[in-house]
Parts: sequence; structure tokens; C-alpha cells
Amino acid sequence: MSTTTLTETRGAGQSGDKIFSGATLAAGCLILAVLFSVAVFLLVQALPVASADPAEITGGAGFTTYIFPIVIGTIVAAAIALLIATPLGIGVALFISHYAPRRFAQGFGYVIDLLAAIPSVVYGAWGYAVLAPELAKGYAWLAKNLGWIPIFEGPASQTGRTMLTAGIVLAVMVLPIITSLSREIFLQTPNLHEEAALAMGATRWEMIRMAVLPFARPGIISAAMLGLGRALGETMAVALVLSGGALSASLIASGNQTIAAEIALNFPEAFGLRLSELIAAGLVLFVITLAVNMVARWIITRHKEFSGAN
Amino acid sequence: MTSATLARRQSSLTKGKLPSYAVWLVLGAALVFGAAAASLVGFSAVSWGLFSALFFLLGATAVTAVVEGGRKATDSLATYLVYGAFLVALLPLLSVLWTVLERGLPGISYDFLFTSLNGVTGAVDNASVANGTPVLGGAYHAVVGTLQITLWATAISVPIGLLAAVYLVEYGTGGPLTRAITFFVDVMTGIPSIVAGLFAAALFGLLFGPGTRTGFVAAVALSVLMIPVVVRSTEEMLKIVPNELREAAYALGVRKWRTITKVVIPTAISGIASGVTLAIARVIGETAPILVTAGFASAINWNVFSGWMSTLPTLIYYQILTPTSPTNTDPSTQRAWAAALLLILMVMLLNLVARLIARMFAPKTSR
Repeated sequence: MSTTTLTETRGAGQSGDKIFSGATLAAGCLILAVLFSVAVFLLVQALPVASADPAEITGGAGFTTYIFPIVIGTIVAAAIALLIATPLGIGVALFISHYAPRRFAQGFGYVIDLLAAIPSVVYGAWGYAVLAPELAKGYAWLAKNLGWIPIFEGPASQTGRTMLTAGIVLAVMVLPIITSLSREIFLQTPNLHEEAALAMGATRWEMIRMAVLPFARPGIISAAMLGLGRALGETMAVALVLSGGALSASLIASGNQTIAAEIALNFPEAFGLRLSELIAAGLVLFVITLAVNMVARWIITRHKEFSGAN
Repeated sequence: MTSATLARRQSSLTKGKLPSYAVWLVLGAALVFGAAAASLVGFSAVSWGLFSALFFLLGATAVTAVVEGGRKATDSLATYLVYGAFLVALLPLLSVLWTVLERGLPGISYDFLFTSLNGVTGAVDNASVANGTPVLGGAYHAVVGTLQITLWATAISVPIGLLAAVYLVEYGTGGPLTRAITFFVDVMTGIPSIVAGLFAAALFGLLFGPGTRTGFVAAVALSVLMIPVVVRSTEEMLKIVPNELREAAYALGVRKWRTITKVVIPTAISGIASGVTLAIARVIGETAPILVTAGFASAINWNVFSGWMSTLPTLIYYQILTPTSPTNTDPSTQRAWAAALLLILMVMLLNLVARLIARMFAPKTSR
């Protein structure tokens, strides 16, 4: 720029300013448009299902009958994952934030983050080839001794490729999410609260129960819900691990299916109405995860002033 | 226990303290009893570990409760559980890494890295098993596909993500639009990857006819997953650029967009670069969106705009689920694990690079 531009009101950079701010605004709006169009395109492609003859839908009894078992399967798998991963994740987060020696704590954090770096298909392959055969022995024992409980009803799967195995693999996958979010929040507990509790003679656990956990409760809830969102939508682990089938109460026999795995297993060969069916299933999954994520994010935003989980 | 033998008077606050070796004694006893109990139901490393852990928890808590009192016992129980949670969390990590190394290393060879699966049929696999010759076919086509698709996804997501983050931090006024973008970017990070794939498939299906599957469709699907990650990390990095730098630039009469491109972004570039690298690491291992958008190929395809493509994750998936030779699955399994090793190496390398970038070019400012 020349020296005379000081007095000029219309400098050469003004158009640059406009273009640049316009570009950033456009990029921001594009993101909203993408999310919106995800919903619209799925809806458009799924519409044929609504007008189709119920007898033509897979299962021959309409879309609701088709989607219901796999929605339940999706929720069950995610629930197992969450039941295992939430207590474990809180424990690991507490270990890193309050128990591990200060010097190694960050290193331990990286190690747990490595769990998040492993691609889902590798987890699927591991669950299929290593975990399932190991668990199959345990399932046989469960079916023999606890078979009277509906969820452990026999005959147990010989390969171990069951809902419970899929849930455990999912738990491993959501563990790093829950851990890293909880850890962030545990570290933000006001030091004065902790020191006050310790000064009153509280043991370390009493301090955590009285100062850390109440402070972190909304954060833990939203961490668990973000983990839930991930577990609901996870595809490959379930597609590889679960030997799917009809809905059944037993978690240790083969059977059950999740939406994501149903899509992945059938999409490559699907065409016509079947394609619309799968896209409609995807839409259902999208709506479920969207709702879960929005609630989680809403909890986080509501407690933003004392939460670092964003 | 000790107070009976001690003549010295002891403060009631410090009385009844277990010696530090007590934990190890209990652990040793728990291991012995665990082995005994495990052999009752059929000895294995798993049952031994389970029983020992159970005995240790019960024993250590009981001993502490007797000597030190109930509150200390609860405290030590919580301590053991927290340490245990960490150890349990390490198990799958070690198991996955060990499995991939053990089963993947034999399959890694020059041929695996530089040949494709083109022409490798079930008969070829059967012959190599029968003759004991090395497994033919490799992952070159999948490596090419992975790199191409990830490159295009990066090329789409980085400009959009970067600009959106700049808008949020520099131009956003905290109004409804800014808040909506922030909120929905967060929500987008939770979109299931298969839904992103379906979206791209549905979009291109409407535009170019149903069943359009190319590498570019997969790249669009991956960028739906990648954009929110880029936005989040860039936003965080731009936020920590000190305001004094911006004000100094404005005071010199520099335009806002020049300030952003010449001052703000260069200051934060290390964090942005490492965030982008982590985002790439996240999408490079995605399988489900590729499955529904790029199809599956066994030949090398360099063109993302036409023809089906294969990536390392889909190669692993198909080799495991539908082995090339249904009667002899070993060659396919070996290829799958070798590909998994290759993929994990790529992801770990990207993570390492991201950490190095973040550390070496850290912003030259105090936070």
C-alpha cells in the first residue's frame, strides 16, 4: 500500500476485507447447510418406503416391524457399552487426574488416548478373531449356571459372536471419549474445595466423593451421553463381531442386529426399495444420535462456566 | 495389633497404621489363593487373574478395616478400584496392539506393499496354501485408495473448516448465527460415520443417478466427518492467540483480513496443523462411509472421479468377512492383519506427527 492511503477512505484492502469476511461467513453457513441437507437428502431418498406396499418391505409387514427390532438391538448394544465404559472411564479419569504420580499422569493420558486412535475396523477384527473365541468359553459357563436369567439363556454361541461381545468391543471404543472428557472436568475442580475437604480430615476418597464428583456430575453425564452417541452409531465393530439375526432376549446367543451394522452389511448389494429402506434406517439412526448429542451438548453448554468439556 | 506390643504412647490420630509392605503381603496371598480357586473351576490366566483380583480387594479392604478403621478401608478400596480400572483399560489396548503385530508382521512384504489384489482369486489362494508358497496379492490398490480419498477429503474440509473457525472467532458476534454454528458443529462431531456415508451416497445418487460410487463420493462423506473436527481444533487455537497481537496490527492501520491472514493464523499455525493432522488420523481409518460410497475394487484405481475404489479399512473388512477363498481363509486373514498393521502404523505416525508439530512449532506466546 502506498503512503497516501492514510487519507483515502476507500483503500485497496477494503474489497479484500469484504471478500474475506464473506468467505468465512459462507463457510460457516455451509456447515449448517450440510447438516440440514444430510437430513433432507436422507428424507428424500427414504420417501419411497412410506408409500410402498407393506408386503414389499423386508420382513413383509411394513417398515415399523422391520425397523423396531434393530432399533432395540442398537439401544441394547449401546447400553451394554455404556454400563461397562462409564464406571471404568470415571475410574481411569480419576486415576489420571487424582491418583497417578504427577510425573506420569500426562503420559498415562496419552496411552488412553491411543485407544481412540485405533481404527474401528481393527477393533472389529480384534473382537472377531481374539475376544469372541475367548468369551465363548465364559458364555458356555454362563448358559449352564445362570441360564435361568433371560439375558443369559442358552444355547450359548459357539463362536462367541454375540450381542454381549459387541457391547464389550463398543465399550472399549467409547472408553477414551468418556475418560478424556471426565478427566478434563476432574482437573477443573477448584483446588480450594479439594484442599478444604482434605484439611477437614477427609480421606482421599471422601474428598473425591464430596468435592470432585458433585462438581463434575453434569460433565460426567454429558461425557456418557457423547459416548452413547458414538456407541449408537458405531458400525464396523458390530458388523464384524455380531453374528446377527432376529431379536432375542439372550445376550450370549447369536441374534439381534443394530441399525448401523444392518446398513453396512446390506448396502453394497441393495437397490431400489431395499436401498430406500436402508436409507430410512439410516435416517432413524441419525435422528436418535442427533437427539442424544443435542441433549449432551445442551448439558455442557448449560454448565459451560465451570466446564472445560467443549 | 501393634499398640499391644508398643510401650511408647501413641497419638490416637496415627495409631493403627499398616506397614507399607502389608499390601504386597495381601497381594501375594491373593495370588496364591486365586490360583487355588481358579484350579477348582478350570485353571486359566483369565480365571486366575479374576479370582486373585477379587481376593486381593476383599483381603486388603478387610485388613485395612480391622487395623485402620472403616473410613480408611473405604478409601483404600476406592484406591484399588481406581488403579484396577486403569489396568483393565490397558488390557484391550495391549491385546489389540499385540494381536495386530503378531498376526500382521508375517504378512508384510515387498509384494504385499507393491502389488494389488487384481487377479488374485480363490484358486490362487488355494494353490499357495497347497504348495506352501508365499501368499500372493497385496494392498497397493488399497493404499492408493486410502491416500487419494483422504487427500481429497482434506482438500475439501481444511478450507471450509478453517474459514468457518475464523468466522466464529474473528467475525462472530455471539449472535444467534454464531451460536447455531458452534452448537451444530458440536452436534456434527457425533454424526454416525455410516450416516455421513449414506448422505454422500444419497446426494450423488440424486445428482448423477443411483448407484454412483467413486472415490470422490467417499471423500465428500469423509469431509462431513472431518469438517467439525477441523473447526473445533482451529477455533481453540485461534482463541488462544493474544488480543494484543490483533490490536497491535490494527494500531498500525492493517486491515482486518490482513491481520487475520498475516498475524493471527501464522501465530496459531502449529496448533491448526496438528489439529488437521489429528482429523486426518481420525478419518483415515473410517470404514463404514467408504463401504457405502466407494464400493470395493481389487485393481489399482488412481482416478477418484470414476470407478470403484478400495481403501485399507474396506480391504480388512472384506478380507475377513468374505475371504477370497472360502475354503482356505488363511491367506485372506493374513492379508487383513497385515493391512491392519499398515493402517495402525499410518494412524500412529499421523498422531506422532501431530504431537511433534504441536510441540516444535508451539505458539511463541505465553498462555
